[in-house]
Amino acid sequence: MKKIIKSSLAVLSVLVAFTSCNNSEKTASKSGALSNNIAEKVYVAPGEHDSHYAFISGGYSGNLTVYGLPSGRMFKEIPVFSQFPTSGYGYSEETKPMLNTSHGFIPWGDSHHPDISQTNGEIDGRFIFINENNTPRIAKIDLKTFETTEIIEVPNSAGNHSSSFVTENTEYVVAGTRFSVPVPQRDMPIKDYKGNFQGALSFISVAPETGNMDIKFQILMPGFNYDLSHPGRGKSHGWFFFTTYNTEEASTLLEVNASQNDKDFIAAVNWKKIEEYVNNGGGTMMPAEYAHNVYDEHTHTATSTMKKEVRVVNPIDVPGAVFFLPTPKSPHGCDVDPSGEYIVGNGKLSANLTVHSFTKMLDAIENKKFDGDAYGIPILKFEDVLAGSVEQPGLGPLHTEFDGQGNAYTTFFISSEVVKWKLGTWEVLDRKPTYYSVGHLTIPGGNSGKPQGKYMFAMNKITKDRYLPTGPEMEHSAQLYDISGDKMELLLDFPTHGEPHYAAAMEANLIKERSQKIYNLEENKHPYAAFTDADTKVVRKGNEVHIYMTTIRSHFSPDNIEGVKVGDKVFFHVTNLEQDFDVPHGFAVLGQNTSELLIMPGQTKTSIWEPTKVGVWPFYCTDFCSALHQEMQGYIRVSPANANTPLKWSMGEDIE
Amino acid sequence: MLLAAILPLGLFLFPLWKISLEAPQYPTPLGMYIHINDFSDANPHDIKNINLMNHYVGMKYIPEAIPEFKIFPAGILITTVIGLIIGFKGNYKWFLYWFILMILLSAAGMYDFYLWEHDYGHNLDPKAILKFTNADGTQMGFQPPMFGSKDILNFRAHSYPRLGALFLALGIGASFIAYLVGKKNNKKAIASL
Repeated sequence: MKKIIKSSLAVLSVLVAFTSCNNSEKTASKSGALSNNIAEKVYVAPGEHDSHYAFISGGYSGNLTVYGLPSGRMFKEIPVFSQFPTSGYGYSEETKPMLNTSHGFIPWGDSHHPDISQTNGEIDGRFIFINENNTPRIAKIDLKTFETTEIIEVPNSAGNHSSSFVTENTEYVVAGTRFSVPVPQRDMPIKDYKGNFQGALSFISVAPETGNMDIKFQILMPGFNYDLSHPGRGKSHGWFFFTTYNTEEASTLLEVNASQNDKDFIAAVNWKKIEEYVNNGGGTMMPAEYAHNVYDEHTHTATSTMKKEVRVVNPIDVPGAVFFLPTPKSPHGCDVDPSGEYIVGNGKLSANLTVHSFTKMLDAIENKKFDGDAYGIPILKFEDVLAGSVEQPGLGPLHTEFDGQGNAYTTFFISSEVVKWKLGTWEVLDRKPTYYSVGHLTIPGGNSGKPQGKYMFAMNKITKDRYLPTGPEMEHSAQLYDISGDKMELLLDFPTHGEPHYAAAMEANLIKERSQKIYNLEENKHPYAAFTDADTKVVRKGNEVHIYMTTIRSHFSPDNIEGVKVGDKVFFHVTNLEQDFDVPHGFAVLGQNTSELLIMPGQTKTSIWEPTKVGVWPFYCTDFCSALHQEMQGYIRVSPANANTPLKWSMGEDIE
Repeated sequence: MLLAAILPLGLFLFPLWKISLEAPQYPTPLGMYIHINDFSDANPHDIKNINLMNHYVGMKYIPEAIPEFKIFPAGILITTVIGLIIGFKGNYKWFLYWFILMILLSAAGMYDFYLWEHDYGHNLDPKAILKFTNADGTQMGFQPPMFGSKDILNFRAHSYPRLGALFLALGIGASFIAYLVGKKNNKKAIASL
């Protein structure tokens, strides 16, 4: 019966869709789901562009995916923390250093919260930052090339979760620790956690011109779990807010033991004050070991530097810099409204949603209305800082975003819905189900003073039956809503890759205009680049053989190589001589233990090949580059280790 | 007449001609400007990319320089100097001779351009990767049009004069007007005698 109703509704909606073509003026003035042509709102005609970019974290895929809104189409997966055989990222000699850490080479990461750089509280679309949760790191992606250009490891941190949110002029990208640990790390009993572990909040400075990252200071906080964070903005610019849970400081069965306190805290950090303290020589340099990996777009090569110390600050040494705001029941999301006045603590085990007032907080601090302290950090009174609370809006609040029109949108994991409510009156205006169990949500321009309303999308943790089944494992699902009206309107379901935690989105124009088409060959400073077919050569250094190779439609140069022996380490340094938009060439050789290379016009990439067998082995272009792509191939002869085959190479003629 | 003599110098500032190639996979068409003394890209790397396309059918690379790049500028400079001398010294009849000279030289230039285009489009590498024949079995040529638009395989080629050519044409036209005005004034002068 249900099915019949559903299908007749479908028929009806199709009929409405048809008739609405004829009298669109009439229907436009009507309201109601059936008279609205939802399909039209997400339809981007072939060849036309979406109006917004969405950068959705790939979670345990370690990467960042690029989507268009409103179509929900995926355009690119940007490799960040994980090896990516598609392009050779993390496999090529040039990009292996990107994944270097103080724990050695790590092929994988768990990416969480992307955030776009800002100028004057507005997102500027220059860079996007994203945190790695597992082996704490922050990455920067350049939105000219959509490539990862810098990764910095965060020492003294574990579970890099309350990250990577930027301040309103991108002064800092901030990284907090979810799992407190011994600082410095040492061999000690786990049961002695309480009072001995610490949580580091790291302020990573971003150079205004280059975007280069450097850890300016770390605040060593009590051993709580610092879950999420957001910067103050506008009037609260200069402050940063972090939710905490496990203020019980439990080290086992946290699901019970970290849920005992009626209230945990939001930590309010006056970073301007600490910055000043540090600029005047405050804090101490502490021995540490962390990797700083930088990709140079001219040498097309990353370098990894191991840093040896970091500046740490004890919060009680800077009076007036850090305060605790009591917040009910293990708050998760910590979200600041566009004006900077309201700080929303999404108490995930609470029935109500708590909103603090920045003005009231300043007032309470000024009048020293403290309610004791935790490890020397003053605790403010809950009632003194409370702006209001949204009563019983749903179950399991996680995250809140704002539309810039005075409304807030909060996700509820347990009741699987997004609830729209009004800032100041705290009244619930609307609620819409999500499918199923939503985590984060994103409104374009999210973490900024100027959200770009219109769309909101919810990223769900559970997919179940939303798409054609693909066995037990499937992609997560997201839902796109139109929020331009009084009520939210569900427009579209689309699958997302990995487990998307947060996403950053913005209007397309700024980024679209700057997107690079090729790498200029004249600016290629790779030490092993060859710039013409005639430049190519093969050089032996002991058992290393360096092949300076070029690709251009539709051949490799050289394409016949002899004189390589079993036991050699062969470096294929491949330069793509093309200077036309979207003409990459690929490189693969039989028995390649690394991965293929996908080389963009003007770029040089290197693949190591260690032949183990005598023979004549083919290599070829993996990207269907041109009409003669199938002809784009060559041979490399591998002789026995003790052979005397001379090193020779050619293209277009036989090796003599 | 002085204006007429100076206008062709615009050729040193603006391109004479433009050839562009459109195809579905080139949402931004490939294009080449022909200047009096140079070829240049319409968009960065266009000539390189035209060469890459054309090597499939055995066409030669567009040369960095051709002898005409030396001859044409010299020709324009000489005719400008002649035009200026005529403008100062000569009578209106000489304006007509300059006009005729310019028409002849321009025609010669166009013919030379045609010959080059024909050679470029027909003198193909015998080892060309792709060989096309016309319906009558003769080898297909890929000569771009002299003036106008034409389909060449998957491309649509356009060839049109640019601002430099306009300056040349205006100069030539102005010399003819100068001749007419001069003639009229001369008649008046005779009549007033």
